[in-house]
Amino acid sequence: MVQQTPAAEFGQKRSSPRVEAYKGFWRRLRKNKAAVVGGALILFFILTGILGPFFTTADPNATQISIKLQSPSAEHWFGTDNYGRDIFTRIIHGMAITMKVGFLSVALGGAVGVFLGIISGYYGGILDTVIMRTMDVLLAFPGILLALAIVSVLGGSLTNVIIAVGIFSIPAFARIVRGSTLSVRKLEYIDAVKALGASDGRIIFKHILPNVLSPIIVQLTLRIATAVLTASGLAFLGLGAKPPTPEWGAMLSEGRTYMREAPHLVLFPGIMIVLVVLAFNIFGDGLRDALDPKMKK
Amino acid sequence: MVKKELLKVEGLKQYFPIKGGMMGRTINYVKAVDDISFTIYEGETVSIVGESGCGKSTTGRAILRLEEPTEGSVVFNGEELTTLSKRSMRKHRKDLQIIFQDPYASINPRQTVADVLDEAMTIQKVLPAKDRRKRIIELLEIVGLNEYQADRYPHEFSGGQRQRIGIARALSVDPKLIICDEAVSALDVSIQAQVLNLLEELQDEFQLTYLFISHDLGVVRHISDRVIVMYLGKIVEIGDKHSIFESPKHPYTKALLSAIPVPDPTREKKHIVLTGDVPSPIDPPSGCRFHTRCPFAQAKCKTDVPELATHGDMKAGHQAACHFVEKIENGTIAAKGFEEAVF
Repeated sequence: MVQQTPAAEFGQKRSSPRVEAYKGFWRRLRKNKAAVVGGALILFFILTGILGPFFTTADPNATQISIKLQSPSAEHWFGTDNYGRDIFTRIIHGMAITMKVGFLSVALGGAVGVFLGIISGYYGGILDTVIMRTMDVLLAFPGILLALAIVSVLGGSLTNVIIAVGIFSIPAFARIVRGSTLSVRKLEYIDAVKALGASDGRIIFKHILPNVLSPIIVQLTLRIATAVLTASGLAFLGLGAKPPTPEWGAMLSEGRTYMREAPHLVLFPGIMIVLVVLAFNIFGDGLRDALDPKMKK
Repeated sequence: MVKKELLKVEGLKQYFPIKGGMMGRTINYVKAVDDISFTIYEGETVSIVGESGCGKSTTGRAILRLEEPTEGSVVFNGEELTTLSKRSMRKHRKDLQIIFQDPYASINPRQTVADVLDEAMTIQKVLPAKDRRKRIIELLEIVGLNEYQADRYPHEFSGGQRQRIGIARALSVDPKLIICDEAVSALDVSIQAQVLNLLEELQDEFQLTYLFISHDLGVVRHISDRVIVMYLGKIVEIGDKHSIFESPKHPYTKALLSAIPVPDPTREKKHIVLTGDVPSPIDPPSGCRFHTRCPFAQAKCKTDVPELATHGDMKAGHQAACHFVEKIENGTIAAKGFEEAVF
């Protein structure tokens, strides 16, 4: 054991159980091939969403009727649609929209849901009853129907889709966080800091939140898949982004008419939606197994 | 010397509601602590003993308002704690600390020892930030840990060491009263002795007052000045250590003490074996709560609740809650239907 001077020691932490836990977590995650592929795909999608638009030469909304409904070729990798727009360019530009909707709506729903869940679990009583019954009401609607209702009230736009999908993600987070909070709240160290005079805010943010983080992270990942699917569904129904925005659900909807003559109009946006949803789902599953190895069996 | 009252508990009740039905109505109450009163003087160690479920831990938690007491008053150092606002109660928490039973659950696994102590001092604004590190090292040395262990995480310590961390945390805010809630019950006997000795040293050094909650009579005998015996949410006997251990008056105390093993194989010892289980605190027996198991129970015991009182030749300050202390002592009431096993 090396004796350190107090000055040198201060601020410099030994390998914490957190660091140790992360190491184990990475090891378990890397062993799960599906999760690695999912994670790589997600990374690729995010980079495409951010950087892609700078590498495409064509304007995603430039119409050129003379080359409409062309099959995939060297010039137009994914072919062209009924207005002669390059589908590949539109898919790339759509990636940014999809990622934005996925991440922002889940961030919104997650933030509100985690907050409500922690309050509910920590304070209990009438507050808990009111919050959780409200969540039950939200959960009683089939997800897409709820989002549909919210968008019809707010009006169809990308922002409103994000809000709608966000609201419909709230109950899942609230429930999970409430459950975890209930179990952490009963631990003796919470009583110990309470006995020291810690405020509720300190107890919630410093002692409860860090200990309920893993189920939140898993839920975030899995929820993004649902959010992407819901947002595309809304756009498909004509309630999301307005044309000519290169939203995949909207592209699917538009291409539906030409499905027989030019199947590539629906094929590529369809494949992309499947890939994104699948990537987030398998990565989320891998995360869950890696974060909580006990749950797997 | 007139002893100064540090903590005065009066008529303390802690009822936990039992919810049921569709609307979560309160059907009944668990009367965990039912109208108890006692006083703790500065510098002494008072123990609460009793079997599990008798309300000893609940009493400690109610004093600290970790659970809001249903009724009663808790006066600490001349100030009523139960009516304080949450905010001013937080400031008063500096004077009353608690050490928990389970050293593995009572420290946040994500904090280093230094973090734990630093946080305690931050909450109570004990010291300016720049002086805290020095104080942390000092505290660790006081409880018998080393400086180099300051930046370690709880999982790197043994149970006894963690309990020392718990003690250091309690000490970090310079409390006057420390409630030790089964503080050594989870430790090995050899470690128990070390921690008990540490607690005693600290008491002398920092003029601490302890409320020691335990089911272990051997430990209680070692550390206490005065002892409170609880049964089913009520105090059945209270007195200084010698009175309680050498001349217990309440039949329950007698039964409890007869259960202490004596390390002498040749000695024949009377065991008072109580039959049955502790009745439910949801619907406690009428009159004296012990009458369902008491070998001396009379008709009066079923109807009248006995008050704590000094009977006959009992020493001042020694009180028992039994109608028939004198009659049991002089043999007028004989024990009936109870086993007096001789081992």
